[in-house]
Amino acid sequence: MVLQIISNGILMGFIYALVAVGLTLTWGVMDITNFAHGEMLMVGMYTAFWMFELFSIDPLLSIPISTLVVFLLGVLLYKLVIKRVLGGSGLTALLATFGLSMFLKNLAQFLFSPNYRYINGAIVTDKKIVLGNVILGLPQVVAAVGSIIMTLIIIYFINKTKTGKAIQATALNRDTALLMGIDTDKIFAITFGVSGACVGAAGALMSSFFPIYPQSGGLYSIIAFVIVAMGGLGNIKGALYAGLIIGLTEALGGFFLGTQFKYALVFLIYLIVIQVRPKGLFGW
Amino acid sequence: MLKVKNIKVGYDNVPVIFDVSFEVREKEVVSIVGSNGAGKSTLLRTVSGILKPMNGEVEFLGQRIDGLKANKIVELGISHVPEGRHVFGKLSIKDNLLMGAYIIKSEGEKKKSLDEVYEIFPKLKERENQKAETLSGGEQQMLAIARGLMSKPKLLMVDEMSLGLAPLMVETVMQALKYISSTGLTVLLVEQKVQEALEVADRGYVLQNGRMVIEGTGEMLMETDIVKKAYLGL
Repeated sequence: MVLQIISNGILMGFIYALVAVGLTLTWGVMDITNFAHGEMLMVGMYTAFWMFELFSIDPLLSIPISTLVVFLLGVLLYKLVIKRVLGGSGLTALLATFGLSMFLKNLAQFLFSPNYRYINGAIVTDKKIVLGNVILGLPQVVAAVGSIIMTLIIIYFINKTKTGKAIQATALNRDTALLMGIDTDKIFAITFGVSGACVGAAGALMSSFFPIYPQSGGLYSIIAFVIVAMGGLGNIKGALYAGLIIGLTEALGGFFLGTQFKYALVFLIYLIVIQVRPKGLFGW
Repeated sequence: MLKVKNIKVGYDNVPVIFDVSFEVREKEVVSIVGSNGAGKSTLLRTVSGILKPMNGEVEFLGQRIDGLKANKIVELGISHVPEGRHVFGKLSIKDNLLMGAYIIKSEGEKKKSLDEVYEIFPKLKERENQKAETLSGGEQQMLAIARGLMSKPKLLMVDEMSLGLAPLMVETVMQALKYISSTGLTVLLVEQKVQEALEVADRGYVLQNGRMVIEGTGEMLMETDIVKKAYLGL
């Protein structure tokens, strides 16, 4: 039984981690706390839903589409809103992303109604993998594997490509990056886009086993904030480990203490980590 | 090559540079000296486009560059090694250098730049995969200068390169700079260490409280009362 709970926790942890990787990028690189991150996830989920409803494209196959859609949304939000509040006080940026979050939620409600939507009959729906005593839902396994792949792609992109290294340089020192001839404005737009791509992929992966509605991103973004703070700002591997810790905490806590306490436990761990290591477990 | 005409620069509309003009000619080494807070770094940050002048013009190779974005100014051939080195600590030495060559598109050209700076600073090659933050202050200064050379600039501006270095290390980086200028690169130096800076310079300027007070050849400036009294303690 415990093995079953741990497996569920780990699967969920990888998905949380991918959402958090997106958040840690904008937070660490641009120093922007993006409150609309969850709503970008919601857009990813809706993209997968509508691709399935309208064109019968399975969520598995629409991963690239929703990744691209939310990437572009990220670039657009940067150009229209974030760019204008960068360099101002932190509070301005905070309020701007909060406003974006409200706007996107209400826009989704206006366009798609507040109803819960489900994707029924996806390739992975209701299939199971049985390993001894442990039964894993195929949607969750696929989502976890997809999240791992996407996280690895992001890690590769940041550490090995020229643009990725320029993103790191910009995060470490914006003015010096400018002096290297790096167009930091473009780097910021890309960073916001890549952050969107993370939740675009996550949204499509989650859409086959989570209800889709205008508020569906909220909870994940709050958990992502906890993971980012635990993992260290801008630290992608840290977000991965912290995501697993949170996934396990939630699963084990929910089992032993009751589901009503699982988030309390998540935030309790967060408070303890922040007291002991303010820069996060894996902070710079 | 570089002509700065009557610029006024400030932060939040409070000027710290008043009506400053100076010039750097091709293949020259020019030093701007002055005490802490005189506005030397502000001057360089204006040339490299991080700050915008409130008044006046900056001209490079006959083209006005004030108002251009900083990354465009790098592409025109000005490289600015910032005060306090600001190497990218979490990146490897090699990656730091490659960041310096960010504007160079061709991989072959990049490799060539890399080989050239490794020749000037062989220590950096030995440790190319080490993180930059593991270097000592002097080595980081070497790295910052090497990084500044990677973009194949026409004008190299170095801000306060002696800052926080032991006297022996100051001597070493000054030697490296002399060698670099002997290859035909134009150098603009900004320094608090007045004597060292004026010794390597063809010409110098003295900046006090945001105003240029005197200019001349390095040797001539060291003989003036202003420099002797205020900076050399003679």
